[in-house]
Formats: sequence, C-alpha cells, structure tokens
Amino acid sequence: MSANSSPTATTPEATTLETEVLIIGGGVTGAGIMRDLALRGIHSLLIDKRDLCAGASGGNHGLLHSGARYVSTDPDAATECRRENSLLKRLAPQCIETAGGLFVAVEGDDPEFAERFPALCQRAGIECEELSPGEARRLEPVLSEKLFKAYRVPDATIDPFHLAMLNVDHARLLNGSIYRPHTEVLGFEIAAGEIRAAICHDHLHQRQLTIRARQFVNAGGAWAMNIARLAACADVHLLYAKGTILVSNDRLAQRVINRLRPPGDGDILVPAGTVSLLGTTSTRVEDLEQVAPTAEEIDRNIREGAVMIPALAGARYIRAFSRVRPLLQTSGTTDRAATRGFALLDHASQGVSNFCTITGGKLTTFRLMAARTADLVARRLGNDQACVTATVPLPDDEASSWADPAAAPKRWHHDRDPDDMILCECEMVPQSAIEQVFANSPGIEKERTIDLIALRTRAGKGPCQGSFCGIRIGSYLYDQGYYRDATGLAHLRDFLDERFKGQRSVIWGPQAAQMELAEALHCGLLGLDTLKDE
Amino acid sequence: MKDTPRHFTTQLAVIGSGIAGFAASIFALNRKIAIAQVGNSGALAYTTGYLDLIGKRNDAVVSDPWQALAKLRESEPKHPLSRVDAGDIQRAFTEFTDFLGACGLAYSAPGAGNITALTPVGTLKQTLCVPATMAAGPRALTANSPCVIVDFKGLKGFSGVELAANLRERWPQLTTQRIGFPGMERGEIYPEVMARALEVATTREQLAEALNAVAGTATVIGVPAILGMHRPDQVRAELKRLTGREIFEIPTMPPSVPGIRLRELFQQVLPQKGVSLIPQQKVTSLSFDGDGATLALRDAFGPIRIHAQAVILATGRFLSGGLDAHPAGIREHLLDLPVTQAADRADWYRARYTDPRGHPINSAGIEVDDSFRPLTREGRRYHERLFSAGVILAHQDWIRGRSGAGIAIATAFKAVTEAERFLAGRQAMFPGAPPVQCH
Repeated sequence: MSANSSPTATTPEATTLETEVLIIGGGVTGAGIMRDLALRGIHSLLIDKRDLCAGASGGNHGLLHSGARYVSTDPDAATECRRENSLLKRLAPQCIETAGGLFVAVEGDDPEFAERFPALCQRAGIECEELSPGEARRLEPVLSEKLFKAYRVPDATIDPFHLAMLNVDHARLLNGSIYRPHTEVLGFEIAAGEIRAAICHDHLHQRQLTIRARQFVNAGGAWAMNIARLAACADVHLLYAKGTILVSNDRLAQRVINRLRPPGDGDILVPAGTVSLLGTTSTRVEDLEQVAPTAEEIDRNIREGAVMIPALAGARYIRAFSRVRPLLQTSGTTDRAATRGFALLDHASQGVSNFCTITGGKLTTFRLMAARTADLVARRLGNDQACVTATVPLPDDEASSWADPAAAPKRWHHDRDPDDMILCECEMVPQSAIEQVFANSPGIEKERTIDLIALRTRAGKGPCQGSFCGIRIGSYLYDQGYYRDATGLAHLRDFLDERFKGQRSVIWGPQAAQMELAEALHCGLLGLDTLKDE
Repeated sequence: MKDTPRHFTTQLAVIGSGIAGFAASIFALNRKIAIAQVGNSGALAYTTGYLDLIGKRNDAVVSDPWQALAKLRESEPKHPLSRVDAGDIQRAFTEFTDFLGACGLAYSAPGAGNITALTPVGTLKQTLCVPATMAAGPRALTANSPCVIVDFKGLKGFSGVELAANLRERWPQLTTQRIGFPGMERGEIYPEVMARALEVATTREQLAEALNAVAGTATVIGVPAILGMHRPDQVRAELKRLTGREIFEIPTMPPSVPGIRLRELFQQVLPQKGVSLIPQQKVTSLSFDGDGATLALRDAFGPIRIHAQAVILATGRFLSGGLDAHPAGIREHLLDLPVTQAADRADWYRARYTDPRGHPINSAGIEVDDSFRPLTREGRRYHERLFSAGVILAHQDWIRGRSGAGIAIATAFKAVTEAERFLAGRQAMFPGAPPVQCH
C-alpha cells in the first residue's frame, strides 16, 4: 500500500486522539464554542492549522461594536452588537477597554445621513449623544476643523488574542478540553451519514493525526467553505472580502473615531494600548492564502482617514496587515452591504448528521455565535444543559494578560524586581512574563519558542517590531536551556521574517531608518540571511 | 545678536559624521587640507568596530576580499568599490587604521584575506580589520584553544550559552560562565557603563579576580565588548596580565562600545588636529556660487555659515538622514540630487526580510562620475566643487555585501583624492589664498 493511497493510510507515526467534539478553527468563535461546551460538561478538542486568531479574528481592528456602524445597512446586526457589547463589557472586562466612540461628519459628508443617525441608533436601542463640534474636538484634538456633526456612542475595544486565550484556558480548567495548534484537517472518514474521524496533519511534528469524535464543528472562518467541502457539504457559500488595516506608532486618539457616513474605506480609527489602527479597505478576493496590503490600499486608507483626522497623513505607521473576512453570500448586494450576520448550518440536507458549520459574523458577536453552535451540538449529543456564557464571567488568568496592550506598563509601575529584566523595551515585557506564559501553556514543553512568546505577549509589537527584543528573547531562551543548538537562530530569523510581512508595505520615513538599522544588525552582523537551513 | 551668523572659511567641508565622513577628514588632514566637518554622528554608535571590505558576494562567504573585488569589477562595474583602484583601497584601509592606532585605538592592518570574526549570537562573519581588543577571538577560534566566554548577570541580549551552542561544532573547546559585574551585581547593566567602570584600576582588579574564579583550564577568555572606553588596549593588557590569560572582546548589540569608542576618538582627536568639527548639527542648506560653497547650519549659539572651496557629501542613507524615503519616492535630503531607485514603492522590499539577494531599496542612491562628483538628472556634474562618498552612493548593498566600512573608507579616499586635485588646481590659479580662516 502506497503511503499516499488514501488519507486513512496508517504510518508508524500516526496517532489517534479521541474527544466528544472536534472544533476546527482557533479563532474567537472556535475558542468560544470550546468554553461554552466545557461549561455544559462536554469535552472538546480545538485545532487550528496555524494558531489562535491567525485569521480574521486576529486581523481586525479589535473594535467592540456598539452597533452604530450597522444602523443604516443592517439593523439586526446592529441590535445584536448592542446586546453583545454590553454583555461582554460585564463578563470579560479584562479584554476590553471601554474607550467610547465618536461618529463624526466632516465637510463633504452627507448632512442628511448625519441628521438621521440618532434616530437609526434609537431604533436599534443604541445610546447616542450629540456633541457640539467644539466639544468633540476638545475630547479628541486630532479631529478635523471641518467637523460639522459629532455623536458619542458606546464603542469599545477588545483584544481578540487575550479573549481567545482566556476562553481556551477556561475550557481546559473546566474539563480538560484540549487545544492543539498547527493541526490541519485534510479529510474526513465518513460512514453511514456520520463523520467518524478527521484526518489531520500535525505541522509541528510532521505527522498524520486521526481525531475521532461524536460531533464535528467547522468554525473555519474564511476557510469554512473549504472545510465543509472536505465533508462533501456544498451548502456553505462565502464571499471573501480582503480588509487592510494600518497600525500607527502612536495612539492618536483616546476613543474609537468613526466617519459618519455609510461604511467605506479609511472610515475608522481604533485605539489599542499605545497604538491606533486605521481601517479598512474592502476588496473582493478569490485566493485565501496570498493576501498582503498593497501600496494602493495603504494610500487609500490614509487619504480617506486624513479627511477626518488630518494628522493621519503624516503619521508614522509601523505595520499594515490584510485579512480575509468571510461574508455570507446573498445575491445582488455589494460587499459593504453584504450581511455581517452569521449563519449556522446543520448540514442535515448534505447527508451528514454530526457536522455543523458556523461562519460569517464578527468579533463582537462571537459569544452569540458560539452559543448557537453549542446549543446544536449539545442537543445532538443529548445534553440538555443550557448555555451559561451570558451570565458566567470569563475568569482572569495572569499569563494571558501579557497579550493585553495596557497590562505590561501597568504592572511595571506596581511590583518591579530589578533582576526581572525587560526583554521587550517597546512593550515592557519582562523575563517573568515568559516564564508565566510557559507555565500556563501545558503540553507544549517542546515548543517553548520565540513564536509562542510573540503570540502570547506584546513582545515585538512596538515600534522596533521585534528587531531588538527578538534577539534578547532568543538569548534568554538559550540561557534557560530551551534552545540548545542552531534552532534558536532559525526561529529568530523566521520570527523576523514573519514580523516583516506586516511592516513591508509601510516602510517609509522613520521606518526606513529603523529597517536599515535592523537589517544591518540581523543580516550585516548576525548573518541571519545566510543561516544554513537544517 | 544671536541671529548674526558666525562665518568659517575652509578649503574642504565634509558633510556627514559616519565612517565615510570621518575617513574623509582623516585623509584630508593627512594631505594638509583645511577641513570643516559637520553632521550628526549618532549612527556611529551602531557600528560593531569591525571594518568590513567585502564579506559576502552572491550569498557566498568571501574569504579573499581582494579576489572578490576583482570579480566585482567585472560583474558590477557601477558598484562604488569597482570604481576605486584596488591599490587605493588597500592604502585607504592602511591609512585609516594607522590613524586610529596612532590615536590610541589599535586595529589589525588590512591583510591578504578576511578574518573570521565572532558575532554576539555565535555566528561568524568575514571582516578585513578588527580592533586589537577583538583580535584574539578569531585566533582562538582558528586554533580551537580552550576558551571560556564569560557573560554578565544583568547584561541582556548577550548569552555565552547561545554563543557556545551555536559554535559547538566549530569550536569544541568553548565553554561559558556567567558572573556578576563588580559593583553592579543587581538589576540591568549596560555595556557603556561597564566600559567606563573598567577605566578604574580597582574595577579591573575585581573583574580579573572574578574571571580567574571561573576560567578553570581555559587559556583564553572572551567577554562582551566592555573593555574600557578611551584606553581599551591598556584595559585589555592589564586584564591579560592580571588573569594570565589571553582576553578578547565580542561585539554586543548596538549601541555598542566599539562604535562609541570610534565616535569619541574622532570627536576628541580631530579638533585637536585642527579640524573645525561641528558634530551634532545638521546642515540645513548647501549652495554654490562662483567663489565656492556655502553651508548653513545652526548650533546652540546661533546660525553658522561655512564657506568652502570644495564639499564632500557623506550623509549616509535613511538612518543618518542622507536619503529620505517618502511614500512617493526616495529623495536625497540636502540638494534633492536625483536618486536611482525602483520605479514603484511596492518594489522597494522583497517579500522575505532575510532574502539573501537583499532588497532593491538598498541599492538606491545617488549617481557620481568617475571623479565621484554627483550627477544631475541629465548626467552632468551637479557642481565641480561637490564630491560624494559612502553608502549614499547607488549600485551597492552594503548590508548583504558586508561592505559598509569598505565602501565608506574607499570612496572617502577617492573623493578626497579628487577634491585635493581640484583644490590644487584652484591653488595654482590663485596662489597665496589662505588655506583656512576663522573670524
């Protein structure tokens, strides 16, 4: 039998895992489903072909919508957002900054739309308070002098990485549910109208993995259509909208600032810790894997954003990224107007009885999406426990709070051991944070890497983008014996290559100087461009 | 009052205070040319102290830079190093390192081949000249001498364990130890502070004692580059005597002590030798008329005008402010000289950061003629009095080529030679013109 003859071919290294529910996709929705099921006593295994929030969950501006953005285009989504916004502020405050938001209209924007806005908010139950242009500019001095209308709404910001980590950690503590990164589904074993197992590839150990479960959940986000097709389900129809967002070096405003007009390019600036995020262009794409910001998208975001906030034209940007958002396909609408609502498909019509797909939606409504999915899964398992995620607060966990942009500087002022050295000076991440992250990531003893630290802390996210802290963290990991050979340098190179993808499209002004210094250090001195590949 | 400019008159004005600018001043000084040098020297602190000529070519390690230079002439005739005579490059390195040695910072002389030098993560790089404080490292590596790398508690980003792990195959006799730095046992410590502390005899004695306690059977000790700031060779000799072992430095992450040593040496020595050095200010304008060039700048005491017969532009790239990268294109900062560059910003960088081929933006720069005079869009000399040197020049990637100091020193030598020829011509036309005036 040839090794490739069928996906179920067993090789000596093949391993089989068992669980009640296999959840495919480690975005916030998958993580939310994992916790929701655990709260009902159901064991699950969550896998992601990369790692937590590698798709749209980690590639958005981190806005916890008040709902006001959708009052004109999608009133139902607006109402959903409003409800989830206030629930999450109560239940997961550690992931949220209640920054507040403004909607502002500037010369040239439609005054009629601006006038109608409060009524539309009211219809969706969203608080909306009018401010005089002078008052708005007092609150946010970066706003354009050409401002003529401003409203205050309860927008907030939410850290999706922190959120996903806390959901996963809580599920693990509740009933030992397991999260496995770098595990990709290749196919399903289907018999008598049921999926019996998912055949996966473990990218970390380069081996095949068979995962047996009673229920299978597809929370693949933009990849959901592809995953559904692996189970011969042809009823998932998605549009792919590529969104491009820029990250500025400084926090330009305290509040979320939205352009008061129908959704468009460069119409929102969202604060996140010490930086701001400017978004978002929307472009239809076909390819899910090859998405990078283009110079044209960058320029368009800045040009549009600068109408509302002139300082954006000359601001220093440290990153730009693009992600694909899955939009549910409905006929005859534009991408902007396509529903931001979500869909749960039970696939009963497709001949499989223990598989479902959850897709569409948005970060703000992840809990609701998880609840609906878990309801279906629990029912199918004969479990009659009700969803409790609308009432049980998300427990805190110190280790994952290192992902929170505001946490490290706060801690810096509290307890400071002079021997606990700051490895990432831009974001104040000390050695002890690394040990905490490792201590709280059981089952990954073999993967105590620069990448893990980068994912689970703010390290490398500041102005130097890991140029210096990557080296310091690498040295620390060698010191502690986590690296014993050239692997550490290869990981350092890969980490820098990965950070660069996000920097590449915004390298001008001071960033070009920063990049010259970084390259002189990493390549000119350390020779990371000539490491022998093992 | 404070807005009345102070006027300086000189023969040669050097704009830029990196390796290229300082090399130009040194070469001009040796040729008895009166010099004023201006420009921020901040980026010097980012150098490691190694003086590379060509360390890599087409992604291959270069052990013979002179042979690589000959090949470069054939394959890349526009490369700045291809446009300087090989003998002149050798003379330039010798003159530069001799000058440093005479000022108390000994360097190895340029040899027939590259030196295999250590990096702070335990990789190796090819370089032409190293500070005397670092020379024993490459020797010990080649000989596989029993060696201990001693690093320090609180000095982050420098791990002996990492060095040893990455050098293990190449250097089996390498071990490592960690100690506290005398008087700085707690909290974070910085190379510059350690280096200045080692200028004091008691600190050296305490450090020697601590080194002896951990050195065991090692005959050679490697430490991060912290062996003094102004008299590193004496500090090293003293520690060698106290420990009875060979001692060498390994570069640290920038800002590094060897870079700061160079900067402090230039800033101290050049004015003593008669260079009008205004190191922390940027030239705001440069203009030419029939009589010469006028540089405008300002310091804490007010505006300054420098009138010079010739000018060398050695302002560096983005880090030093010689070039500006705008979203719409790359521009030369001071004169808006045309910059050879990719047509589209999207092509500045390749997809992969560590791509061994390097990024197209690194080869962008200004064009010069064979006398190293910058060219206009039409391919004519911008001005007969203007010369240029250093990594601002187009058609080179000093990072991937490991040739930053080489380009700086070689082109500074060439630019000074050409400027000298020009000045000699003027002198012949106007005999008796004073070489320098300050009023």
